[in-house]
Amino acid sequence: MASNSVIELKGVNKWYGQFHVLSDINLDVKEGEKIVVCGPSGSGKSTLIRCINRLEEHQQGDIVVHGVTLTNDVKNIEAIRREVGMVFQSFNLFPHLTILDNLTLAPIWVKKMPKKEAEEVAMGLLKRVRIPEQANKYPGQLSGGQQQRVAIARALAMHPKIMLFDEPTSALDPEMVKEVLDVMVELAKEGMTMICVTHEMGFARAVADRVIFMDRGEIVEQNEPEEFFAHPKNERTKTFLGQILHHG
Amino acid sequence: MTDTVPTGERRQLTPPVNETGVLGWMRRNLFSNWGNGITTVVLFVAMAWLLGWFLNWALFTATFTAPNGQACRGHGACWALIHEKYRYIFFGSFPYQQHWRPLLAVLAMLAMLLMSSDRRMWNGRLIVIWLVGSFVTFLLMFGVLSFPISLFLTIALICGVIGMTARAVIAAPVEINGWRALAAIGAVGLVLRMLGVMPAWALTIAPFDYVETGLWGGLPVTMILATYGLVFAFPYGILLALGRRSKLPLIKGLCVGFIELIRGVPLISLLIMASVMLPLFLPQGTSIDKFLRALVAVVLFAGAYIAEIIRGGLQSLPKGQFEAADAMALNYPQKTILIVLPQALRVVIPPLINTFIGFFKDTSLVLIIGIFDFLNTANQALVDPNWAGFPAEVYLFAAFVYFCFCFSMSRYSKYLEVELNKGTRR
Repeated sequence: MASNSVIELKGVNKWYGQFHVLSDINLDVKEGEKIVVCGPSGSGKSTLIRCINRLEEHQQGDIVVHGVTLTNDVKNIEAIRREVGMVFQSFNLFPHLTILDNLTLAPIWVKKMPKKEAEEVAMGLLKRVRIPEQANKYPGQLSGGQQQRVAIARALAMHPKIMLFDEPTSALDPEMVKEVLDVMVELAKEGMTMICVTHEMGFARAVADRVIFMDRGEIVEQNEPEEFFAHPKNERTKTFLGQILHHG
Repeated sequence: MTDTVPTGERRQLTPPVNETGVLGWMRRNLFSNWGNGITTVVLFVAMAWLLGWFLNWALFTATFTAPNGQACRGHGACWALIHEKYRYIFFGSFPYQQHWRPLLAVLAMLAMLLMSSDRRMWNGRLIVIWLVGSFVTFLLMFGVLSFPISLFLTIALICGVIGMTARAVIAAPVEINGWRALAAIGAVGLVLRMLGVMPAWALTIAPFDYVETGLWGGLPVTMILATYGLVFAFPYGILLALGRRSKLPLIKGLCVGFIELIRGVPLISLLIMASVMLPLFLPQGTSIDKFLRALVAVVLFAGAYIAEIIRGGLQSLPKGQFEAADAMALNYPQKTILIVLPQALRVVIPPLINTFIGFFKDTSLVLIIGIFDFLNTANQALVDPNWAGFPAEVYLFAAFVYFCFCFSMSRYSKYLEVELNKGTRR
């Protein structure tokens, strides 16, 4: 094996009351691997990645991130969260802070980075997502696409080893999807380990090493993108792909 | 003939004259049809008549100076009564020759409040302003302040412990040894003091004659009760609100129980309990100052109300804000102080100031336990048989003073809302 596993899920189960959201999930993510998770709504794909940084609690099985096992121990949870960046569907920027403050908050308070250094890092990241001129504005003054790019930069400011994307383009107007995907593609090319829940199949084809299809809380099928789109094996995958690819 | 409009440009027309300006506004709002026109005229006449009558009573036929109430009879308002009694109304039974002290105390408090209302002061300077302002206020009111050494030791201990815990979670652990040392000095000193090893040193500052709280009255009492009541109730209310949302059942239960219990009883009953029942439970010989007891009752009561308002603000935050803070590994205190409270408090400024205004006026209930706040000294001014029979003047005067305070708070709330939301709205 050339590269090591950075995320391992073994026999993960989760219920909401009686409802079985995640059923016996096994997943192994290698360093630098890019994974796209797709599936119909309610299939548990968001829940899956939210379990990885403990925004949701799993009830059975093991989740190991960077060698740290996820338990109820706050120390472990915080250690994992420091290594894992997350981008949300609804951006979740902090509206009372400027863009720059949004980016420097976690480095200053969690990593205890000096303010000056944190601001330099933040400006570098804003240049990378191509909006350095917005640094002193508030999130409410930016467009959706710009806000999501800020959110990506904010997650990157902690120098995470892994990035989780929870439907990052679903809340965007169509003309803004591309600017966000471009940033994500760039990030992928730089070798970041990524797990993306998304319906952007073009993105999946371009960067994914593996596409995972989930339905009813299970991983139904996973394969390399070429094979996955050309020859889906499971009936449910075929139906799903038929539905989303029809609309382009 | 037709106008030729340049292509790609639209001619900007001025709106019709009838629709704009004062005339346009009156036409639309006051005289849009016959019915409206008549109503407008009738109401205007009625208002003019009322205003004329009031001005006549309050100014033109009013008596401004008179030796006693008799000389006032048969004329308009008797402002001579206010002229005669204003010092009692403002300062109560405070020794007459020393009235400059409560006056300066009121001015000191106003200066302190005005300075801290400026947003640029919301940093370390705020603490200095309040320490100095409070010291001046109470020194003027009491005349003599005595700080026993155990007070200093307790403060050292509390600051040290808070510094130790807060800095450990919030900032770099560089200066934590300083906090540890402070806490240790406080703890050791207190133990020594309790064992009697350390003598009962006290730092006494006595520039004026001592005036006990029983003689305080009027505006300073209202202001001290309202200001310090709310200043202590505010952080206490925040803690209660956070506690009520806690996942730990014991903390949550205690907070819910406390809030519901306090909200379920009238402030008067709480004041009576503080003044009548509390002394029964205390050991013989110890007594807590009546004024302090009233203050504690106000803090407890206001805290419960403030807690519920802040809880509303906490609940208005989208779940995503908590999740984003969690995802970037902020711990609970950081998340609460940096993300949650700044947003939650902004949302609840209007109801919060509403409560503040309410409590400013509710302080007059302390009459029940024999403390003379501003409204009650005004009331007392009516008792003088020489000046009997002019309640309207006194109550109007009291109402005017209350209005000045409450209206300023209301305007300040408006300013604060605009100021804090600058740039955050699209």
